[in-house]
Amino acid sequence: MTNSLIIEAKGLVKIYRLGGVTVRALDGLDLDVLAGEMLAITGPSGSGKSTLMHLIGCLDRPDAGTYVLAGEDVSRMSEDELAEVRNKRIGFVFQTFNLLPRMSAIENVELPLLYAGMSKARDKAEEALVNVGLKDRMHHEPNQLSGGQRQRVAVARALITNPSILLADEPTGNLDSKTGEEILQLFAKLNGEGRTVIVVTHDHDVAGHCRRRINLRDGRISDDRGGK
Amino acid sequence: MLGIIIGVAAVISMLAIGAGAQKSILSRLSSLGTNLLIVRPGSSGSHGVSSGTQQTLKLSDAEALLNQVSGINMLSPVVGGSAQAKYLNKNNRVSVNGVDVTWMSVRDFSIDVGRCFSSAEVESMGRVAVIGPVTAQTLFEGEDPREQTIKLNGINFRVVGVLKSKGDQGWFNPDDQVLVPYTTAMSILFGVDYLREIDIEANDGVDLTAVQTSVSEILRKRHRIADDADNDFEVMNQAEMISTVTSVSDIFSLLLGGIAGISLLVGGIGIMNIMLVTVTERTREIGIRKAIGAKRGSVMMQFLIESVVLSGLGGFFGVALGAGLSLLVSKFTQFPSVITMNSVILALSFSFAVGVFFGWYPARRAAGLDPIEALRYE
Repeated sequence: MTNSLIIEAKGLVKIYRLGGVTVRALDGLDLDVLAGEMLAITGPSGSGKSTLMHLIGCLDRPDAGTYVLAGEDVSRMSEDELAEVRNKRIGFVFQTFNLLPRMSAIENVELPLLYAGMSKARDKAEEALVNVGLKDRMHHEPNQLSGGQRQRVAVARALITNPSILLADEPTGNLDSKTGEEILQLFAKLNGEGRTVIVVTHDHDVAGHCRRRINLRDGRISDDRGGK
Repeated sequence: MLGIIIGVAAVISMLAIGAGAQKSILSRLSSLGTNLLIVRPGSSGSHGVSSGTQQTLKLSDAEALLNQVSGINMLSPVVGGSAQAKYLNKNNRVSVNGVDVTWMSVRDFSIDVGRCFSSAEVESMGRVAVIGPVTAQTLFEGEDPREQTIKLNGINFRVVGVLKSKGDQGWFNPDDQVLVPYTTAMSILFGVDYLREIDIEANDGVDLTAVQTSVSEILRKRHRIADDADNDFEVMNQAEMISTVTSVSDIFSLLLGGIAGISLLVGGIGIMNIMLVTVTERTREIGIRKAIGAKRGSVMMQFLIESVVLSGLGGFFGVALGAGLSLLVSKFTQFPSVITMNSVILALSFSFAVGVFFGWYPARRAAGLDPIEALRYE
């Protein structure tokens, strides 16, 4: 396991203008994350955790500050370049699973590979689904799967391009506590294999599964515990 | 998609009907005979108000034309009218043309059974008749009409031959007529001293327009028409008729095709609406696709392809429907229809173009969505 920095963010600022009011959702936030960490980002609503997640996930660009992801400065990239970075470096897991309806589990999983233009997508997708324990459900559509199974498909899809970071947004929010626990154990197992996992949540039980916990308040980090 | 189907079907069937009409009119025109000039008396009256046919075209005009105009192979005076034809107890109103022997060649008629009347019979005002096949069927019902006697307006005529069928021409059926010598028609049957027309066959390879001009000159001189006055006759040239008909029917096709094209455009707007709704409905899907790495171009391509597939499918169904429609039309009406490969290709490529054109805006909108907004969309 290396101790290199996977995320190196300095002075991140994001400002929203709602009507005449300007909101500083992020106000000069600094964050370093080492490769192989399992990190929880918590905070009350309005603290800027969604905004931070969007920036980490390269869905948006900061108004000021720099964000270096796996040695690459992504803070000034174009939309299409960001799409490529998301495809290669980030695996998203959402609260509402966000699988494409009318597509089977395996088609969902192979989609990022198709966007990356990679060959043998089908074989890799099969392997990824086996890894999350869905060998028998590969050709089912999302509405034929349970919540836990859907989230497993989503995890398989997130990992298919071998990304630097697994970024989960309230991954257990739509699951009962038992399946939620299973998903978190899956995360822990992946982290044990060396994967960097970032979980954004307001649930302290979920955050408790992570060794390092960051609490946000008013667009800044108010508390940072358990880091290496 | 229904809009595209209807639009393409309309284009296909309109063009087919247009092309069919043109083809059939042209074939009828050329069946009139080749190198044909027709001289007809102008209509009397002034300022476009017609008050009947003038009686100015005389037999002596025909003789003068034959003698004085070079380039004329043969001509035939035509006296026209209709008469009650009667054989035994069968009775029918037919059109009767008093013509010369030469008329058969000038107007491209031929004899099926029997013979045409001879020049001697024309000169001697013979009471002989050649009848069309339809007339023969009506009067004789399969009996051999040769050497039988029919009555035209109460006057006995001996049938000497039957014409070969030419087919109905819509406004006039050349198969339902009786031909008699023009001399007989003028003095015995109708008692007129004027002609309905003079049909002229020019020599092969002669400039028809030149013949037409000298025919006009001689007739103006003979009719003593002042230099600034209008002709009291008209000379029609078959080549001119063909080109007139062609250009008219071309305009007709263009007009029909244009109207059909507009419905195709309306169909395109329908496609655009469908695609806009689709993009809105699938905002979340677009967000997901973008989150996992779809670039603007891939999202745009996805929706453009969907739109083109929609309109292309519509195009194919439209071609099928249009072909079916025009077949039905030609089966149940007088309009023949010809589906040309060109019109199919035109309509299909137009529907593809409509798909790309009207899919562009919705696809652009999909590609331009902000992934965060799109992911939040419920």
